[in-house]
Amino acid sequence: MSAKPRLTYLNGRGRMESIRWLLAAAGVEFEEVYLETKEQYDKLIKDGFLLFQQVPLVEIDGMKMVQTRAIMSYIAGKYNLHGKDLKERALIDMYVEGISDLMQMILMFPFSPPDAKEKNLESIKERATNRYFPVFEKVLKQHGQDFLVGNKFSWADVQLMEAILAVEEKVPAVLSGFPQLQVFKTKMSNVPTIKKFLQPGSPRKPPPDAHYVETVLKVFKK
Amino acid sequence: MSAKPKLYYFAGRGKMESIRWLLAAAGVEFEEEFLETRDQYEKLLQGGSLLFQQVPMVEIDGMRMVQTRAILSYIAAKYNLYGKDLKERALIDMYVGGTEDLMGFILMFPFLSAEDKEKQCATIVQKATSRYFPVYEKVLKDHGQDFLVGNNFSWADVHLLEAILMVEEKKSDVLSGFPQLQAFKARISSIPTIKKFLEPGSQRKPVPDDKYVETVRRVLHMYYDVKAN
Repeated sequence: MSAKPRLTYLNGRGRMESIRWLLAAAGVEFEEVYLETKEQYDKLIKDGFLLFQQVPLVEIDGMKMVQTRAIMSYIAGKYNLHGKDLKERALIDMYVEGISDLMQMILMFPFSPPDAKEKNLESIKERATNRYFPVFEKVLKQHGQDFLVGNKFSWADVQLMEAILAVEEKVPAVLSGFPQLQVFKTKMSNVPTIKKFLQPGSPRKPPPDAHYVETVLKVFKK
Repeated sequence: MSAKPKLYYFAGRGKMESIRWLLAAAGVEFEEEFLETRDQYEKLLQGGSLLFQQVPMVEIDGMRMVQTRAILSYIAAKYNLYGKDLKERALIDMYVGGTEDLMGFILMFPFLSAEDKEKQCATIVQKATSRYFPVYEKVLKDHGQDFLVGNNFSWADVHLLEAILMVEEKKSDVLSGFPQLQAFKARISSIPTIKKFLEPGSQRKPVPDDKYVETVRRVLHMYYDVKAN
């Protein structure tokens, strides 16, 4: 196994994107294998690479890791992005899980039927502006620090940054009522590893398009 | 805030049950406040106790924790049920991810229509016997140890036992092709804290019924039209 982590997924965001963000934020270079056919996927299963027959798969430190949260927890732990103690870890976990519920809505969006898309978009906007963004706006306002937890850059900051950009792609003015988050977004954009990830040519994937949806349906067809 | 953790949820399993299991397995006594009315829920919301306006919520060590996974992770780590290092933790997280996905199929079950329930039952059994149980069967067979990870009792063992019992409630002989899991089930069930939790009168909640579904819908104003996954 190469020294670099190796990611196996489709050539698109999906559940792997948060992992790409976290590795990039930690300054870790990684390789990627893209699933394009059902045959490739079936072979991975047959060869015993996928513990629960699912991707994401990340080969890292001698392990074939699956389960997105497990993978991210490991990376966060390994690269000191998971807080300094159990209580900071608890806060980070709460924030990340909340954001991940919002990201789940965005994840599923390209697969919703055409007549449900408008409703789903409205739900994303509503949840972002009424449930999730106000929480982080308040956290940042109350402690006045640059980062969400423990005055230190962590997994929670990376995940929130990813979510802000993902929602903005759907609802461009979504941060208009959130001055703290606007400042946060700018600050995160300037963290060198994140700045690099946001530049063209990075492993960051574009928003899912029809081709991506098609590939997903083809590769995972039963 | 009392010294004991306090759980805020419905008087039923839902997402809180895994937390009850883990606290019980760790030998930790806890209190519960059951949501029965919309008013109670709104009061909690207005009081700012629910970070993302949702339950489960657990008051523990001065924190009002929400998000099931975050709560479980905290409890596991605090009570040394999370492995001895990062790699063991990674294994536990992977295994728990699997059992969580499996239990996810069962979570929505009570809210489905009668027709969808039948379909979902078949899905649950199919996923259990073809995707999830074989993994844990192999893990136990390969290392021959009593516990899933690091030859030590962990969150992964508690979660797997919970999942096994829940699937058995849908199909009582579902473990027939899994001798390792049968032995595992017997072993883990006889651990004193777990044995106690499995006895009548414990805080373990029964299989969700129509009254439970009604309560959830009444309190949350949600889950009226749930489809099988």
